[in-house]
Amino acid sequence: MKEEFNIISNLIEKNTRVLDVGCGNGDLMKFLQENRTKDIRGLEISKEKVQNCLSKGLTVIEGNAESDLKQFPKSSFDYVILSQTLQAFLNPELVINELLKVGKKVIVTIPNFGYWRVRLQLLFKGTMPVTENLPHEWYNTPNLHMCTIKDFYNFCSTKNIKIFKSIALKKSRISEINESNLNYKNLDSHLGIFLIES
Amino acid sequence: MFFSHNSVSKIIMNKNIDTKKIIISNPLKLDCGKEINNFPIAYETYGELNSEKSNAILVFHALTGDQYVSGKNPITNKDGWWSYVVGENKPIDTNKFFVICANVIGGCMGSYGPNAINVSTGKQIGTDFPIITINDMVNAQYELIKYLEIDKLFAVVGGSMGGMQVLQFVANFPDKAKLAIPIACTSSHSAQNIAFNELGRQAIMADSKWENGFYSNYKLNPDKGLAVARMAAHITYLSEKGLQEKFGRKLQDRDSLRYGFEADFQIESYLRYQGSVFVDRFDANSYLYITRAMDYFDLSKQYKGNLSDAFKKTKTKFFVISFTSDWLYPTSENREIVIALNSIGADVGFVEIESDKGHDSFLLDVPSFLKTLGDYINSTYKIINERRI
Repeated sequence: MKEEFNIISNLIEKNTRVLDVGCGNGDLMKFLQENRTKDIRGLEISKEKVQNCLSKGLTVIEGNAESDLKQFPKSSFDYVILSQTLQAFLNPELVINELLKVGKKVIVTIPNFGYWRVRLQLLFKGTMPVTENLPHEWYNTPNLHMCTIKDFYNFCSTKNIKIFKSIALKKSRISEINESNLNYKNLDSHLGIFLIES
Repeated sequence: MFFSHNSVSKIIMNKNIDTKKIIISNPLKLDCGKEINNFPIAYETYGELNSEKSNAILVFHALTGDQYVSGKNPITNKDGWWSYVVGENKPIDTNKFFVICANVIGGCMGSYGPNAINVSTGKQIGTDFPIITINDMVNAQYELIKYLEIDKLFAVVGGSMGGMQVLQFVANFPDKAKLAIPIACTSSHSAQNIAFNELGRQAIMADSKWENGFYSNYKLNPDKGLAVARMAAHITYLSEKGLQEKFGRKLQDRDSLRYGFEADFQIESYLRYQGSVFVDRFDANSYLYITRAMDYFDLSKQYKGNLSDAFKKTKTKFFVISFTSDWLYPTSENREIVIALNSIGADVGFVEIESDKGHDSFLLDVPSFLKTLGDYINSTYKIINERRI
């Protein structure tokens, strides 16, 4: 978690306007507030988590990214962050489009379903993978649309979404993803972090 | 049983309440076109104003509220109407904050209202009182803030009609509050709410003792009408689930139906009781005037149909709260306020609190509401003060 926060934080310029979509209990918001910018908002679907955020004095709105991002004007945030949530939406493509409208830049992080540990579970055990990053069973997972780093990379090029920076994370090891190492990073990383723009 | 209260003495009107009061000498131009001056605003304060005057919170009361937010209400001898929220070690902690609450104009607890005495006739003003609006109420209360020499409030807070006043206050005085917390309210009174208010008004006006609003000249009170108005309104403050769970079809002090029109059911008895205690503390004309003010409230109309424009000039932080079972001021209407604020990039937080206590949730012991509100106010107070240093 900490490494992901650091990477996201480093992608964000100081004193800019940020929206954290699916902000959970506000841990990333707090982290960015201390390190990057005071001007940060959150959107979260769970009442309980929204209440936790508000209790900490964070500006968070209860709402659903699929329907409630519309209320923000175009390019009203310098950065919109979607941390490990894309896979939980009914319509991830719509959400990405909404994010790209609201944010001048968008940071998306993806739990990589192409990570070798995940692949091995399916290959050898023949069951849906359960890992540290993907702790749910198939029958209770909130994740509807799992994808791999390569999937997201390809999605961006198909949809003409500019990738400014793509970073792979394995435990605490950080590396850049590019066209030539994509297959390897897709196999050897548990998380992908993308800075994109429409 | 409350129908036997015909000759109940109007303690509010007749008793000389030892209430804090100021006389506003500045003329106040009302939305109806009339101008008032030298009129009283009754208020109460709790806690101490700090030396920087940075800890003041103005609380706005709802339709039948008054200035007695916390502690014992000297009129009713009951707890203040927002005792769950305001007081020592409460979410709005009076050990820390200086809390101000004024009786709205049009009210009957000492501020200028239809039960005020016209000095030239020695009689109550009655329905000669001008029609007032939420805007007028807020402008009058701003005079109190000036009188108390508070340049900037830490927060303005209120539920229901109090929430409408919060919105109007920030629109009128964009740099006078750092934080605004409208709770369970709307930016524009809905047809359904106008309908319920009209029902209440018609009940009062249908009472033969109303005498076109001049009942005090005849030493009368339209108690039956006012009680019916209150009973109808009270139902709208609850939820179907809450009513069903609390009362169901339980009978009142009897084992079987009596085949008559007495209060067989507990819910009937409960409503009759609510009506009867209400007429002892509230003036029927005030009920007419204040419900009218609510009906007239349409903040977006004041800004040519664009609610966002009401908040364009403000840097005030907002926290909007609604309740799941509130069908009088439903989440959708509270959300419209949030949407209007977001569309101009204002600083707004929002949560819908889970509760089956209906619209009344904001007045009751709803732990997740009280905790979130208290934590938010305290965290924000800390953050704002740290920033200043």
